[in-house]
Amino acid sequence: MEDLLDPLALSRWQFGLTTIYHFLFVPITIGMASVVAVYQTMWVRTGKIVYLQLVHFLGKIFLINFAMGVVTGIVQEFQFGMNWSNYSRFVGDVFGAPLALEGLLAFFLEATFIGLWIFGWDKLPPKLHLVTIWAVAVGTILSAYFIIAANAFMQNPVGYTINEAKGRAELVDIGAVLTNPVALAAFPHTILAAFMVTAGVMIAVAAWHLKRNQNIETMRPTLKFGLWLMVGAFAGTALSGDQLSLVMVDTQPMKMAAAEAMYNTSTGADASFSIFTLGTPDGVHELFSIRIPYLLSFLSTHTFDGTVEGINDLQAQYVQLYGPGDYTPVIWVTYWAFRWMIGLGAAHALVAVVGLWLTRKGRTPTAKWVWTIAIWASPMSLLAMSVGWVFTEMGRQPWIVFSLMKTSDAVSPNVSGLEVLISIIAFTIVYGILAVVEFRLILKTAQKGPEPIELEGDDPEDPAAKPIVRATVY
Amino acid sequence: MDLPTLWFWIVAALFVGYFVLDGFDFGVGMSLPFLGKDDTDRRVLINTIGPVWDLNETWVIVAGAAIFAAFPEWYATLFSGFYLALLLILLALIIRGVSFEYRHQRPELAWKRRFDLMITVGSAVPAFLWGVAFANIVQGVPLDADHNFTGTFFSLLNPYALLGGLTTLLLFFTHGVYFVALKTDGEIRARARRLGVRASILTIMVAAGFLAWTVLAFGTLLGTAFAAVAAVALIGSAIANGRGREGTAFALMAVTIAAAVLALFSSLFPAVMPASNDVANSLTIANASSSTYTLTIMSWTALIFLPLVLAYQAWTYWTFRKRITRAHIDAAAH
Repeated sequence: MEDLLDPLALSRWQFGLTTIYHFLFVPITIGMASVVAVYQTMWVRTGKIVYLQLVHFLGKIFLINFAMGVVTGIVQEFQFGMNWSNYSRFVGDVFGAPLALEGLLAFFLEATFIGLWIFGWDKLPPKLHLVTIWAVAVGTILSAYFIIAANAFMQNPVGYTINEAKGRAELVDIGAVLTNPVALAAFPHTILAAFMVTAGVMIAVAAWHLKRNQNIETMRPTLKFGLWLMVGAFAGTALSGDQLSLVMVDTQPMKMAAAEAMYNTSTGADASFSIFTLGTPDGVHELFSIRIPYLLSFLSTHTFDGTVEGINDLQAQYVQLYGPGDYTPVIWVTYWAFRWMIGLGAAHALVAVVGLWLTRKGRTPTAKWVWTIAIWASPMSLLAMSVGWVFTEMGRQPWIVFSLMKTSDAVSPNVSGLEVLISIIAFTIVYGILAVVEFRLILKTAQKGPEPIELEGDDPEDPAAKPIVRATVY
Repeated sequence: MDLPTLWFWIVAALFVGYFVLDGFDFGVGMSLPFLGKDDTDRRVLINTIGPVWDLNETWVIVAGAAIFAAFPEWYATLFSGFYLALLLILLALIIRGVSFEYRHQRPELAWKRRFDLMITVGSAVPAFLWGVAFANIVQGVPLDADHNFTGTFFSLLNPYALLGGLTTLLLFFTHGVYFVALKTDGEIRARARRLGVRASILTIMVAAGFLAWTVLAFGTLLGTAFAAVAAVALIGSAIANGRGREGTAFALMAVTIAAAVLALFSSLFPAVMPASNDVANSLTIANASSSTYTLTIMSWTALIFLPLVLAYQAWTYWTFRKRITRAHIDAAAH
């Protein structure tokens, strides 16, 4: 019973659950806002009705998601104070600033212009209305930047000093916090991964319709856009991920060692990248392993004879630096999360490359199973992103702010396990119900497909005729 | 004015923005069962706030982030101390927010009714609990030497706080009903005005009790002045509504809510979280605030961006200034 009501364990579970759930909606919001903005730009420039149909169609999927992203985001901000008050006291001076900047610069922008976009179709001139969706798109990306800058402080604290008298970290250089190397590498990595997730949705939706031979004039361009976006975004995600690993080796070597489950410091050929390993969790016995020599050395240092520090050496160093304790994250979680992140992302990109080949020069595959694979592949990027965050945050443990504060010291001292348990149960029930409702709504909208848009005037071929665009009615 | 004082008033201003703006959309949400006779009516009501509820709600996120950044100790004490109350507010805001987006996704009446109910409950719960929370802050709560809240959820439900909750609930309800009268036409507009008359009488009685209690028990000179402004504006708004001056009624109600929030903050100053058990444990702007450097950075950011935010939000309200009628709903539905 005591274990069940441990506020620390429960608060960690709550943070993990609410964060992963929140982040199911964020990538589609980030990516889809820009995709819709691009289609709307094409509509305003060419006047082709196909683009307007896609703006409405993808816009609807975007909005169903957007609402969930907003409401689950408030929980994220509040629970720093609710569950992690000691953390908030310790880092608020530094960590609060990017959050406040996000609110002022990004969140207000998104929330205001989304209303103007949804309801402004018949109230604003087309070009001004186009600006509103771009403002939303910029807002979502800015928002992500500030949040990642805040998170980067937890991975690699910079721009602060410790005020012993007050017992807290204080900001001394906002520029350093906003240009934290971890943030600069993690930001493109996250945004591009979000575009992969969005591309996955576009591919799946288009494939569902093309499999049934319907809406070909709108769905084929969507498919092609999605496939190219997927491949392009993957290339960027991989490159920025490589940068991020370099920074990680530099700032959090333990996280890289844990990602590889590498217990002993290795150099050159010994610093091999394991694709797959079966062994005991403590790393003492390795049963079976597929390894690529030199690769880990190359990934970690960009040289073939670089040295990569192992868990045991790092643990010994940390005991020297920070006193007795266990400084290793849960190895099997970080090891497998790292592999699933890379594997799922790469697999999804591979599906897209094959898709580009199959649809080259106007071809359309007729075999149903090709489309079925494209549809069922769609969660892969999203799962890759979720486990990517699990890796990032679990790899930081036992620290909440690397080298400065442990997670176990960060929890609210006056919040009981029962209170946290009540909130976990409440969030699980509400989030669970909403997930089902949201998933069904998106599925229904996606399967219904783009709706025809009537044109005013007699001649539908007349480019001067203006389509009737109505505001969303609730 | 030193920086912590400036930020105390910026936080106050953000809460004024939040309660004045989200206040009326809470009110519209609560008024659905009273003013919406059929589905078309309810769509008219919801469409009056459709373009703006999201940006209104954002004010609380920014207010929360501003407290986190400017007064981390206050943020930590407040949010961990009022744990279950904030949980309820969060859950209410979640179901309310998704309901706006989901209710029109399916044509069945039963589907819409379910989300209408969630909008109403999701509006009433925060409208009540924000009042409870702020009354408790003004009254003071038990804090230990580390500034951690030592009471329970039920110690927050004391008579003064409950009266505070009822006051915000009624203020927001009336604010919303006035807004409906201002933004609609025909039958609903007339119904809203009539409901506004009855609601305003009840609101005046309850709010008078709460403001008097606040002034007598915790009043400062400035707090009393703001409470007086709130009282005059509240009565003025009721008279304006009775005379059919809808814009004036709504504007004076906004003044009422703003003055009431400022009255609470003035009664609080310079404390941010008074300790009811031992004044030495109180959090004040001096011992709860961030470093001068952080406050300077934030001041510059707020100075540059708050006017910009106000400008584009005002433009939004201007864009959607026209009244909404049943005819709009029917036309848009084809």
